[in-house]
Amino acid sequence: MSPSYSSLLEALTRLRGIRGAMVVEAADGIAVAEELMGGLKGTALAALAANLAARAAELSGRGGFGMPRFLHLQATDGSLLIAPASRNLVLVAVAARDVPLGLLRLEMLRMAEHLV
Amino acid sequence: MTEDIRSLSAQYAADPSSLVFLRLGEALRQRMQYDAALKVALSGLGRYPHLPDAHDLYARILTDQRDYATAFDEWDTVLRLAPHHVGAHKGLGFLYYRAGEPEHAVYHLRLAAELDPGDQGLRAAVERVAGGEEIWDQPLPTVPPEHTDEARAATVSAGDPFAGLEGAHDRLLLVDADGLRLGGSLLGAGHQDFSDDAAATLAATTREAVRAARLLELGEWQHLTLEATELNACLLSPTADTSLLAAMDAGLPAGQMAFFAERAAKAARAWLERVR
Repeated sequence: MSPSYSSLLEALTRLRGIRGAMVVEAADGIAVAEELMGGLKGTALAALAANLAARAAELSGRGGFGMPRFLHLQATDGSLLIAPASRNLVLVAVAARDVPLGLLRLEMLRMAEHLV
Repeated sequence: MTEDIRSLSAQYAADPSSLVFLRLGEALRQRMQYDAALKVALSGLGRYPHLPDAHDLYARILTDQRDYATAFDEWDTVLRLAPHHVGAHKGLGFLYYRAGEPEHAVYHLRLAAELDPGDQGLRAAVERVAGGEEIWDQPLPTVPPEHTDEARAATVSAGDPFAGLEGAHDRLLLVDADGLRLGGSLLGAGHQDFSDDAAATLAATTREAVRAARLLELGEWQHLTLEATELNACLLSPTADTSLLAAMDAGLPAGQMAFFAERAAKAARAWLERVR
């Protein structure tokens, strides 16, 4: 794993309630780097996040929304957050239930800008 | 010819308790200034809740905004207050006609024509809906046709799921599981219609979100928020087999987006219950 990705993901997972974070190749859903906890499966997370990001990007294009900046899937027991980044990469995080997402979102948007 | 809005507004401002609100509301409606017309009509209704013409004005504005369910109820209220109100019979006749209930439409339009025999347009409408001039040879029914409840339901189901909601015609889209558009529209800044293009992808994106939530053991999916450079969107499922997209300008608070989407989902659920 690239040291820069590693430190970036560690910084994300230090935030309260974060179960894991990954850098994923958007086109093929392959994990580039990961920092996961508590039973999260990296392969599945990478593939599902890449698929969802691709669908959302298609919807954004067809709906005239512009370039996607952030995705937030909210479910009853947690959230999946995706920030499309440069060079065909997406930054992915999984948060537990009842975690305030404002700071996490800002951190992900900031990190995504620097992800190369 | 619409009346002069400036003059009517001045009269209304000078005496808000006067009945000039009826003329001002109608003038605004005819100029398609619906928000202002609604404000005037609702203010007048607040002062005169038992005035049939106030309910009639409100119903006409609602019809222009395609909120047929509420318009029907308003004209129904008018007839309870004034059984021989021409405007209410005309309005109900129109709603029944557009819902494909000609028998009920003719009944109300004919009553209106009897009450206002000088209105040649109304006579022509009766003949068109009834299928010819022979209708005048038949006695005027003394009671409405049967199955009024079913006919009323038809007028409601023919409406728009988001009628009366902000964004109903440009920022809300409801599709079924196959991506078939059920209601609403999605328009771009230049009024390009993205509705059908977005509809199929909306259903597919919802499926992907449901799948991701399930396989990642996140529980039942609730919504997906998409932030983009031009617009933000919130996707949710009003029912298990439908998807709703609510779009707002980028930069508006997330809480406002969630409120907007939930309100639209509630309206969509109510509409689906009526339709189904």
